[in-house]
Amino acid sequence: MNPCLAIKDLTVSYNRIPAVHHLTLNLEAGTCVALLGPNGAGKTTLLKAIAGLLPCETGSISFGGRRARQAVAYVPQREAVDWDFPITVRALAEMGRYTGLGLWKSFGSADERIVAEALAVTELAPLAHRQIKALSGGQQQRAFLARALAQQAEIYLLDEPFNGLDANARSTFAAALRHLRSMGKLMIVSHHDLSSVPELFDQVLLINGELVAKGPTGEIFTEDNIRRTFSMPVFSEKPRHP
Amino acid sequence: MNWFTGLFEYEFMRRALLACVIIGFTNGFLGAFVVLRRLALVADALSHSLLPGLAIAAIFVGLNPVGLLLGGLIAATFVALGGHLLARSSRVKEETAIAALYVLAFAAGVAIIKFARVKVSLDHFLFGNILGIADSDLWICYGVGALTLLTLTVLSRPLLLALFEPSVARTQGVPVGFILGTLIILIVLTMIASLQAVGVLLSLGLMVLPAATVYLLTDRYALLPWASGLLGTAGALVGLVISFQANIPSGPAIVMVLGVAFLGAYLFGPRYGVLTQRFRKRHLHEESLERWDHR
Repeated sequence: MNPCLAIKDLTVSYNRIPAVHHLTLNLEAGTCVALLGPNGAGKTTLLKAIAGLLPCETGSISFGGRRARQAVAYVPQREAVDWDFPITVRALAEMGRYTGLGLWKSFGSADERIVAEALAVTELAPLAHRQIKALSGGQQQRAFLARALAQQAEIYLLDEPFNGLDANARSTFAAALRHLRSMGKLMIVSHHDLSSVPELFDQVLLINGELVAKGPTGEIFTEDNIRRTFSMPVFSEKPRHP
Repeated sequence: MNWFTGLFEYEFMRRALLACVIIGFTNGFLGAFVVLRRLALVADALSHSLLPGLAIAAIFVGLNPVGLLLGGLIAATFVALGGHLLARSSRVKEETAIAALYVLAFAAGVAIIKFARVKVSLDHFLFGNILGIADSDLWICYGVGALTLLTLTVLSRPLLLALFEPSVARTQGVPVGFILGTLIILIVLTMIASLQAVGVLLSLGLMVLPAATVYLLTDRYALLPWASGLLGTAGALVGLVISFQANIPSGPAIVMVLGVAFLGAYLFGPRYGVLTQRFRKRHLHEESLERWDHR
């Protein structure tokens, strides 16, 4: 059986105001999950909590018995990146190796191979010498995916990667995600465009401050569940005190 | 070659040339990280906040270089850390907080200096005097330079991660706060070390101008600190020679030479130069083809 990302009774707050509360769910590796919900539903908060960027007020997040953050690669929103930074696509992917290498170990042929493979999977090998601003939006998104892949992470947290991509770029990016899924990785992707969900994801996770529904796209991505997610007040019941 | 051998005739000139090499390289190298992290104005603020620390040190231990080093370090750390904490605990943004604290610190420094028994001139603080540099100052430049280069080289990987995308770096286990704090301390140390030779204001110029120039010329992160270090050295040497020949103050001459280099890169840089881009003869068709190629 594939390892599982297990989230138990998770509450994450900003100044004691919970953005996500009492979330319990399991996500199996080898799936591509759409994280859906209205603005302020806690999508980014949940991703950051899994990445270990925000402390859990209650509950725990683990992956195959370990702490989840060790297996995580976080891909931020495109707007958060300084695209003028003097770095090429290859150097960006190489940064994925740095955590494993620490300060002293040299960048060896094994690392070269992993980086080359990450660039191949994301179809960026011909553009490896380019500065990151000299890429289209879809290529930029794939460059960050290549970096996450070079990190050899098991869980990929992607914050709105499809934002602003045209149909072509979207399908190339989706192909890269499918490749990762076939490698047994878990991808959690926050997403806005509901119409493209069935085409891109095999699982959906609907949240609005709390869990609304979760499961295979075919079963769970129903009109009824979407309506419940997007029209529900943040607290549907009297909140239990953390 | 008469003018060239003339340079080495005087002891003070040989010392000044050596100071140019060390200070130019250290400031330029460090400047790469200052530019990448957009710390240029923070560094400016820190440079001014050194003053009260130096003044208090001058009162208690006189012009002892180690005392001045510590005094300046404490004062600047106080402003940097204070600004950070002020911004975190209120709605005031970080640059406002740092500006507020550094003006306060500078004011306090100017007031305290009156009580120092030794004569400390503000002119000297801002612009230095490379021709009057003593052995002890050279040793401090050398020590701080070695420490800075060593630290930045050892930390180059976590530095890159933290500079490029701090939030992702945190998920990779990089202690971002520690890394950036170290960078700030190195900036302050380097400024104090450069104080005697070029003053804090021109030290800032030596930090920002070479790095900004190289930033316009390369897409390779790994090259940036080394190339800025070399450019800083070259600029300092050329500036010193010009000041010697033309009989103008050395600090301004150095910064103006670096300014010319920066302007040149801005206008004529092969890839990002403003004029180069304007006059590049390229068929539109080529550009669109290139886009299609790499879809």
